[in-house]
Amino acid sequence: MLRKVLTSALLLALFGVVGATLVAITYSATAERIEANHREALLKRLNALVPPTSYDNDMVSDTIRIDDPELNPKRHPATVYRARRMGRPEAAVFSVVAPDGYNGAIQLLVAIRHDGTLIGVRVVSHHETPGLGDNIEERKSEWIHGFDGRSLTNPPEERWKVKKDGGVFDQFTGATITPRAVVKAVYKTLKYFDRHRREIFARQAKQMEIEHGQSAVHRDHP
Amino acid sequence: MANPQYTEITRNGFWSNNVALVQILGLCPLLAVTNTTVNGLGLGLATTLVLVASNLIVSLIRNIVRPEIRLPAFVMIIASLVTAIELAMNAWFHDLYNILGIFIPLIVTNCAILGRAESFAVKNTPLPAVVDGLAMGLGFCSVLVVLGGLREAIGSGTLFANASLMFGEWANVLTVTLVEDYRGFLLAILPPGAFIGLGVLIAIKNVLDSRSAQRRERATGSGTAPAPTTAQ
Repeated sequence: MLRKVLTSALLLALFGVVGATLVAITYSATAERIEANHREALLKRLNALVPPTSYDNDMVSDTIRIDDPELNPKRHPATVYRARRMGRPEAAVFSVVAPDGYNGAIQLLVAIRHDGTLIGVRVVSHHETPGLGDNIEERKSEWIHGFDGRSLTNPPEERWKVKKDGGVFDQFTGATITPRAVVKAVYKTLKYFDRHRREIFARQAKQMEIEHGQSAVHRDHP
Repeated sequence: MANPQYTEITRNGFWSNNVALVQILGLCPLLAVTNTTVNGLGLGLATTLVLVASNLIVSLIRNIVRPEIRLPAFVMIIASLVTAIELAMNAWFHDLYNILGIFIPLIVTNCAILGRAESFAVKNTPLPAVVDGLAMGLGFCSVLVVLGGLREAIGSGTLFANASLMFGEWANVLTVTLVEDYRGFLLAILPPGAFIGLGVLIAIKNVLDSRSAQRRERATGSGTAPAPTTAQ
């Protein structure tokens, strides 16, 4: 009886070892490529905002992480990618979340020139309703380009809102919450950049794992 | 497929015992990813791969696994396979991996896979087990593709959009725009569309089945109808 139990246990342990070995081998065979994929996907997204000709540093590695309630909600630290040209700060791309979307957090990339004007904004991932809230995606509508060239003073603070709230930014028919959340997050980022510009570019870059972001805009409806 | 056994296995997988339409297994990924043809195809192929590999391994080890540790052993095999495939997809089909996201690890919980290991592979030699895995997997995959196509066509007016995620840049030529400036039909894209679409597919299959049963009845002239296909 005991013997039978022991052989069963050993056999099961053997399966465990074989399974784990298989996973370990696959992992070591793919890890480098996966890492490269993440880097490439990230670089592609950054370059869509900051033209590769305008900077000469390794933007994907020249990053800092900011965990400051002024900028990011709890548990969503922001990452900043810094573009420099001949050592001079050129632009910063903030990876931030708008926590108050219609259906949870909206992950954004906000690119700001050193002088404080917006290069542009892109949505990286969101869970908004397809057909309504997902017009914030670049491939769905032009809306997100409404931020291009804006700054803290253009429009003035009281008009950094969707039209329904008396601002200059369009909302979508049937979806006000989504654009409102994005506008708010972009404004917050601009403000933070304005206050901490020097510090943002001066801080030592931190070696860190590349975010597991999505290269395509990601939606899911479980 | 000269061997009648294999013909039977294939027919079972694709039609009379189809995972999605008859056994109604693996509904979670089925309903969740079929909003486009390409997503359906991607998940279908990944599931097929897991099913073939797990059937093969289970069949190979069927004589050394004691019945009492059978299930944990199978689960472990399936889980390792899925993890390996997930890593491989992340490495070589990165964009598709991003879209299918959480549904790849969820293949582990697709009861169709454990179901085939338990009801077929463990009782058969490797070759029939592989054929069974292939037939069941492709049967599941074809439902995913058809349902995905249906929802994509009705919901967004295209077919094979984003095919490049899977096959590379050249595949953009595969994308068919059925209706120009289609405004979209949200219901088909959202989860209810999946339920309705699957219901329609099952209904079509049942109609076809009962038609062919009637025809057979008339041909033989006898009153004994063939046993209706039922879920296992």
